[in-house]
Amino acid sequence: MGIGFGMVQAMVTPATGAGSLKETYLGAYRWMLLARVSEEKYASLYRGGKIHGSVFLGKGQEALSVSIAVNLRKGDIFSPLIRDQAGRLAFGESLLDSTRAYLGSRLGAMRGRDGNIHRGRPRDGYFAMISHLGAMIPAVAGALLARRMKGMTGAVGATTIGEGGTSTGAFHEGVNLAAVEQLPLVIVIANNQYAYSTPASKQFACGDLVDKAAGYGIAGHSVDGTDLAACLETLRKAVGAARDGGGPQMVVASLLRLAGHGEHDDFRYVDPELRRTALGRDCLEAAEAALLEKRWATPKEIAAWRAEAARQVDETVAAVQREPLPNPDEEDWCALSSKRLVDGFTTE
Amino acid sequence: MSITYLEAIREAQAKALADDPRVFLYGQDIGSFGGAFKATKNLAKEFPGRVLDSTLSEDAIIGAAIGAAIEGMRPIVEMQYADFSTVGFNQIVNHAATLFWRTETPCPITIRLPSGGTNGSGPFHSQNMESLYAHYPGLVVMTPATVEDAYSMLLEAVAIDDPVIFCEHKYLYYHLKADGLPTEAEPVGKAKIARPGRDVTVVAYSAMVHEALEMARELATEGTEVEVVDLRSVKPLDTDTVLASVARTGRLLAVGESFPWGGVTAEVVARVASAGFGLLDAAPQRLNAKDTPVPFHPNLWGTHRPTARAIAIAVRELLRS
Ligand SMILES: Cc1ncc(C[n+]2csc(CCOP(=O)(O)OP(=O)(O)O)c2C)c(N)n1
Repeated sequence: MGIGFGMVQAMVTPATGAGSLKETYLGAYRWMLLARVSEEKYASLYRGGKIHGSVFLGKGQEALSVSIAVNLRKGDIFSPLIRDQAGRLAFGESLLDSTRAYLGSRLGAMRGRDGNIHRGRPRDGYFAMISHLGAMIPAVAGALLARRMKGMTGAVGATTIGEGGTSTGAFHEGVNLAAVEQLPLVIVIANNQYAYSTPASKQFACGDLVDKAAGYGIAGHSVDGTDLAACLETLRKAVGAARDGGGPQMVVASLLRLAGHGEHDDFRYVDPELRRTALGRDCLEAAEAALLEKRWATPKEIAAWRAEAARQVDETVAAVQREPLPNPDEEDWCALSSKRLVDGFTTE
Repeated sequence: MSITYLEAIREAQAKALADDPRVFLYGQDIGSFGGAFKATKNLAKEFPGRVLDSTLSEDAIIGAAIGAAIEGMRPIVEMQYADFSTVGFNQIVNHAATLFWRTETPCPITIRLPSGGTNGSGPFHSQNMESLYAHYPGLVVMTPATVEDAYSMLLEAVAIDDPVIFCEHKYLYYHLKADGLPTEAEPVGKAKIARPGRDVTVVAYSAMVHEALEMARELATEGTEVEVVDLRSVKPLDTDTVLASVARTGRLLAVGESFPWGGVTAEVVARVASAGFGLLDAAPQRLNAKDTPVPFHPNLWGTHRPTARAIAIAVRELLRS
């Protein structure tokens, strides 16, 4: 459920629990579509030299990502990672905020200081990832701990990570801490089979990542990450269990990254066999097929939604491209909020 | 034959692997993929079983390298970016750096840090860590500025019986080319005069040497002769060469790309002030990046780090004082 900071863009507000399965599915699908279309646009801007730095896409992971966000509510915490455009939008980030981060607009939340996937609005419960993988898990756990200390109940924190990121010490320490403290934390692991070029077989030796949940003493859930209905249902259960006092929930989704690690990467290392298996299914196409099969949408409607998403994206990009870029002369070059404690000495 | 800074790093690793069976490479995506920057391209094929893909675990990677070194091996570890070495910081500064002093067991590991800013890389893919690591006893910290040094110093790093932090600058990877690989080299610990001049000494290292040289060329057209000293390694730091240069020019500016509080440039200024006060005709100066994280947008990044233009301003000021 969108928490509504930033620009209002919802064409459909995904419903939580109360809505019908059809409504939820349709809503989630449209966020996925907007995520896919917006990221395709960012990728093309990157190729045209209009975006600095890197562009990482969530292609193939939209169903999983959106399923997290549509099961969260206002007041919950979402700490996304590099493949969560769908979840970010569905959680309430505006397309404008997202686009401003990529293009470095001075008017955006990041003001050109940080960009692309590193964006967020932590005070709104929308955490801004640092690159160091695993680092966000203990941070979300700490926020949940604080809420408990403040007597706030009922809120859930959700964070995502790839199977590669599970090899970090921070992952282990964060999940273990959350387990010991029985925090309402949902850890969503997207096992997309590769961490950059490194296959999952070089990352962990247990039969299934979800086996790790038992070791931490927390609940584990497995899901086909290419299946929107399955993702929605699994996340509904996991988020619900965390909210109802069931402690941390580990969700492990199986899927395949359908893009390069970043847009600079041709991902030739991905086993072509794997792309032909069920793991390699495109969740967006699968969701469309399901919509048609269930007669929840017609091809014409789907085409119209796609056109609408493209129009929104194009308009937003065009608007942001007219916005001012960061100006070094107008920066305060101060990393402290306590301005009175600024050192003041410069070597310039 | 023309060779880039990055290729020189690859070639040095190939030579180290070929010459010494104790050498192996360890890091993320460095095997058949050849590394995020291709610094280990084809090495897994050329040296089967000796170029190992690691898990995504910097702390464990460095820890494992230390253990292997205790067993007599000479691991070269690649951090995907220097910035991620902070995750292995504990093993580096508390384990590798203290091992010999505590136990008389040498710890010959080389940790390669792809360092420094490039366009759009932002706070977590741009850092310079040399000052941080140089602070700790028990580490050697190299900061090569040329293709030749990238090659010869990496080979020397592997030969040294102590942990070496090898700061290779990403900005130089493709920009910098040389005609070939060197056959002989200055020893590590010796700075070099990258450009002679009589009016002012600019001490730099890594990518800042090139910003300083560009500035020196510009100021030469105005009749100012800047002497540029390339430190090559920041620990050990060749104080003698710096002092000898200041003795000739009477003026010092130390330039570094890392954050301004403390660090290499502060060390250079402190040493010259205490050991060469009488040589100075003006207060010694330093120029660093700004005291904020490294900004993402190029408009900000270009002001955050010292550039030839910023160095020129600092030098002109110094000459007026
Ligand atoms: C601690 C740390 N080490 C290295 C990196 C560099 N890096 C960025 S993404 C990545 C691969 C991540 O793989 P995975 O966690 O499986 O997520 P995916 O990219 O597949 O979504 C690596 C090695 C990093 N960000 N953090």
